[in-house]
Amino acid sequence: MAADALVELENVHFARGPHTVLDGVGLRITQGAIVSIMGASGGGKTTLLNLMAGTLAPQAGRIRVAGQDLQTLNFGDLYRLRRRMGMLFQHSALFTDFSVFENVAFPLRRHFRLDESVLRKLVLMKLEAVGLRGAAGLMPAELSGGMGRRVALARAMVMDPMLIFYDEPFTGLDPISVGIIATLIRRLNDALGATSILVSHDVQETFSIADYGYILAGGKIIAEGTPDTLRASDSELARQFLGGKPDGPVPFHYPAKDDYATALTGVWAAGEAI
Amino acid sequence: MAFMEFIPNLGRRTLRTVPNLGTASRFLLLSLFAVANRHFSIQQLLKQVYGFGVRSLLLMMVAAFFTGMVLGFQGYYALVRFGATSALGTLVALSLLRELGPVLTALLFAGRAGSALTAEISSMKATEQLSAMEMMAVNPLAWVVAPRLWAGIFVVPILCVIFDLVGIFGGYLISVPVLGVDGGTFWAQMQSNVAFSGDILTGLFKALCFGLVVTWIAAWQGYAAQPTAEGVGNATTISVVTASLAVLGLDFILTAFLFT
Ligand SMILES: Nc1ncnc2c1ncn2[C@@H]1O[C@H](COP(=O)(O)OP(=O)(O)OP(=O)(O)O)[C@@H](O)[C@H]1O
Ligand SMILES: [Mg+2]
Repeated sequence: MAADALVELENVHFARGPHTVLDGVGLRITQGAIVSIMGASGGGKTTLLNLMAGTLAPQAGRIRVAGQDLQTLNFGDLYRLRRRMGMLFQHSALFTDFSVFENVAFPLRRHFRLDESVLRKLVLMKLEAVGLRGAAGLMPAELSGGMGRRVALARAMVMDPMLIFYDEPFTGLDPISVGIIATLIRRLNDALGATSILVSHDVQETFSIADYGYILAGGKIIAEGTPDTLRASDSELARQFLGGKPDGPVPFHYPAKDDYATALTGVWAAGEAI
Repeated sequence: MAFMEFIPNLGRRTLRTVPNLGTASRFLLLSLFAVANRHFSIQQLLKQVYGFGVRSLLLMMVAAFFTGMVLGFQGYYALVRFGATSALGTLVALSLLRELGPVLTALLFAGRAGSALTAEISSMKATEQLSAMEMMAVNPLAWVVAPRLWAGIFVVPILCVIFDLVGIFGGYLISVPVLGVDGGTFWAQMQSNVAFSGDILTGLFKALCFGLVVTWIAAWQGYAAQPTAEGVGNATTISVVTASLAVLGLDFILTAFLFT
């Protein structure tokens, strides 16, 4: 993987109040690749995506996207850059007062002046790709969780972005849809020449389409490599995560102020969070 | 003990409020000027004007009608002692145009449209719709907030005019047919004693300020809410309470310093 890096992070630190989420993350995402980011729940994967999209700013470190340093970009340039990005949100984030069709059409309507017939074609094409052309007239409230995710997917890719973030695209989908969406992500990536960053817990499915993977734990990248190298990795952390073992160096618990036994039996000082 | 905690608490509150006021003001300015943004749309603005109007019109008219009728009774009760019931029309009209019209319109608007606005924006935030918009390179201040803010500024004075008219009509119904004040005197007195710029424009100017303040508070509370179901509920309550108090406080300031 010697090609150009589309996204580059150097020693990125990010904290939410006293809680350090990312503690010196560095990664290089090559143009045209599908890169997966795996890690424990609450480990900062969504945060990492938001940093790369410039919706959050790191406390330290550098983030470069398409050769531009996000920290030095002004508002207008950042927005111009975002028009070439797409994001599938973990909880769909569909506009509740728009129909499925209008949700997918929204970015097109906002950024281009298209003929209604052209717009219709573009939108229905994307909806067809996620298998929901028939649902174009429904409102988001009338969709199941998985259907909503697929509409959000269609919306994320309707502008034909160069960089697409997928935040857990597979959760809540049946096995058939998972397969279809995975293939779709791969096909889309190759057809558009886009770069995809995929956050997922579904190790099998992710590894079947990803070119490269990172494992995030304790705010740091603890392992990286192609799916094969990661599988063969002898790092204890990586093995624990990929094997789904509860015991090991990756902690399952969010850090607590006291230990579990005291928490169950003890009395808290007034006002202290549990 | 309680007093010892009072001072640091006051300090802490002030330290929290001042920067909040700063961010809220920045939010207001950015949103007002977002009319220049390419994602600001007149259609959205008209849709909001229509939405606000439809939501509050009937409520406004009923409230105005009762307020006017009560003013008729109350004014008669006071004036009859001085044998001055011929001034009843003037009293009803001035009370409505200068004070009750703008203030009650704004309070009702805060309760009806303002709370709905806070709930709408905060649930858009809680369900990441605002973040999604940002990701699609559409500034939520231009697409969501600005049309609502400007709609509030336009709609409240319009609603206030309707409130005044309905209220005066209610006052007339009580004064003339019920209490037996002479109809000709009622209108003639009102006409000769109400000044266009001094009274009518004063009231409309107040309504404009209230519209801005109520929509600003409602939009800001929604925008700054905790992105959870509980946060949406809290923000809605706080929005109505703060907006109502702000209207009353601002009314005092406007009345005391500008229009005496
Ligand atoms: N808006 C927020 N305010 C405060 N803390 C937050 C906020 N969003 C996330 N966090 C904290 O940041 C940490 C990382 O959250 P993040 O959403 O990035 O995790 P994640 O890896 O995406 O988890 P999951 O797999 O469950 O989606 C968590 O510990 C969480 O408590
Ligand atoms: Mg997440």
